Amino acid sequence: MSLTLFFDFTVDKANNTINIKREFAGNRALVWDCYTKSEILDQWWMPHPWKSRTKSMDFREGGRWHYAAVGPNGEEHWSITSYVKIEPQKMFIANDGFGDANGNINPKMPQSKWTMNFSDRGKNTLVHGIMQFPDLAQLEQTIAMGFKEGLTMAMENLDAMLAKK
Amino acid sequence: METRRDIFQAIADPTRRAIILLLAAQAMTPNAIAEEFHTSRQAVSKHIQILTECELVKQEQKGREIYYHLNTGKMKEIDKWIEQFKKIFENKFNQLDEVLLTLKKQKK
Repeated sequence: MSLTLFFDFTVDKANNTINIKREFAGNRALVWDCYTKSEILDQWWMPHPWKSRTKSMDFREGGRWHYAAVGPNGEEHWSITSYVKIEPQKMFIANDGFGDANGNINPKMPQSKWTMNFSDRGKNTLVHGIMQFPDLAQLEQTIAMGFKEGLTMAMENLDAMLAKK
Repeated sequence: METRRDIFQAIADPTRRAIILLLAAQAMTPNAIAEEFHTSRQAVSKHIQILTECELVKQEQKGREIYYHLNTGKMKEIDKWIEQFKKIFENKFNQLDEVLLTLKKQKK
């Protein structure tokens, strides 16, 4: 199914920016909910076997999403997404960082700025995410954070899923 | 962030990126590299040193001259990291596909 959906991932190393475009089989209202409602986000935001577990969600300008990435052995990495600008069902801008269970952002950890654009693509929705890092080293650190172990498992899981289809 | 010597530090600086691009075309002597920049010879030499420490650039003695050339294998490490990052997103998006299917069924 996903094979027919548009996916584009480009890295602009000079500007420390990553562009991620993905088409989803759903109308804009539905896909918007998937990106902005924590009860839906918790179902897909972290690649298996990791899961996100929301502690609090306040989706409005100046509000934030405080959640833990929970690993297969119960390990927790806390993240805080701060919403800067919201235009319902069109776009939002957020700052993404790591922190602790009490909601304190750790300034020593990598941070990124996300601009998410939502547009119609026939009956489907195209989500264009622009991810900006202060430098590439922070991007590397983000990848290294907690994902190393989970990632190989995630890939195996994906292979298994694809094999079934 | 503390001092680190790896490929990401190497490409974090615009002058070093320019040096990498120059060396991608051909091996060059330190003098030839320095001539391409308006900054001081010492500054360029410091950048080359960092690139060497990061193993992105290797030096080779040819007669009386030292030539620097690009270690392309090391450059591929950057792509490898990025490929992993892409995989993470692919996995997330596949999960969202499943979630959307479920949500649409619920609405019917």
